[in-house]
Amino acid sequence: MIELDVRGLSCPIPVVKTKQAMDKNPGEPIAVSGETAVSRENISRLATMRKYSIKEDLISNDEYRIILTPAGQ
Amino acid sequence: MKNIFSSRSGIIIVGAAIGIGAALLQYFGNPPNMGICVACFERDMAGALGFHRAEVVQYLRPEIIGFVLGAFIAALAAGEFKPRGGSAPLIRFFLGVFAMIGALIFLGCPWRALLRLAGGDGNAILGIAGLIFGIFIGIQFLKQGFSLGKAHVQKKSSGWIFPALMAGLFLLLVFQVSFAPGGPIFFSQKGPGSQHAPIAISIIAGLIIGALAQRSRFCTMGALRDVMLVRDFHLISGVLSLLIFAFVMNIILGQFKPGFVGQPVAHTDHVWNFLGMTLAGLAFVLAGGCPGRQLFLSGEGDMDAGIFVLGMIAGAAVAHNFFLASSPKGVTAFGPAAVIIGLVFCLITGFTLREKN
Repeated sequence: MIELDVRGLSCPIPVVKTKQAMDKNPGEPIAVSGETAVSRENISRLATMRKYSIKEDLISNDEYRIILTPAGQ
Repeated sequence: MKNIFSSRSGIIIVGAAIGIGAALLQYFGNPPNMGICVACFERDMAGALGFHRAEVVQYLRPEIIGFVLGAFIAALAAGEFKPRGGSAPLIRFFLGVFAMIGALIFLGCPWRALLRLAGGDGNAILGIAGLIFGIFIGIQFLKQGFSLGKAHVQKKSSGWIFPALMAGLFLLLVFQVSFAPGGPIFFSQKGPGSQHAPIAISIIAGLIIGALAQRSRFCTMGALRDVMLVRDFHLISGVLSLLIFAFVMNIILGQFKPGFVGQPVAHTDHVWNFLGMTLAGLAFVLAGGCPGRQLFLSGEGDMDAGIFVLGMIAGAAVAHNFFLASSPKGVTAFGPAAVIIGLVFCLITGFTLREKN
């Protein structure tokens, strides 16, 4: 599992980093830790477009951790 | 709680609200093809405060105040008011300065570029093409690992500064305070600054759009960036909705006048319309949002966005005090040099602020 920490980074850096992690590690699940609802929405949209399933590992008002798993895993 | 405004239909509704709202604000008195222009309106506010003395562009625009306060209220209600800051503030300030200079060479922010097009102004095509080109350059930096670095969580009270500033400006507007004979506060007697919808209509429109945009994350620069960077057509559907609804409203209200020459608050210097918006687009990408989005972020406690907005206001003062801003007669002698300096600043920023992958 690839761990990605995008806490404190403002849009669009979280989604850029997630995209790069997907491109570099095809077929690997990625766990993304972040803070803002905006970055979570953007990353979720990217994951859906790329046919990753999204599991919400932790959602609180101040932070989140979501696990993106590519199709077929 | 599911955020309905971040859905596809949500963003289309928000784009429509801005497009219709802008056409109506123009109908109620705002300048032609300038129902809403974040850059122009921040410039008018800089003028009202006496930061520049261009007599025709001085007014405390309630729309800008409404955008920040509407976003502030929406963010508080949704539990998204999160004061944060400390991500390269001085660089963001100067990105704001140069974004404004670029926008005032073209005469409009991305919103006004769309509204100009929806009003029939062909020169907007050059501006939008320049904007796309600037965003394209910025994306290359993003792909190379460009980042202004992490922001940090700040105390709740610090997030209130920007909304409080806007509330204070609203009081100055309502009571038309005069600090010295003749101003400040300055209010244009002629020119675009003298053209405005009634305060109540402007502030209500601003609050509604501010709240909707905060919920939907509406951003014109982000729309084009997402298409080019990740093939995401979510935000662009809102932008197209803005364009189409503003166009339809302009037809209904008799505000559509196609052509290149004699368009309101516009000039026909194609090269500098293009390059002015190239500079603005590049600065927006590096700073992470178009001028409207920066206002909404300021409202939800993003102090780095607040710094960018203050940079834009300072940039407006610079642009008019040093005769960089264009006028309907065309670009000035100094404007093009300022665009080149701005592009050099943005390129150095893009090349040097990279994280190692």
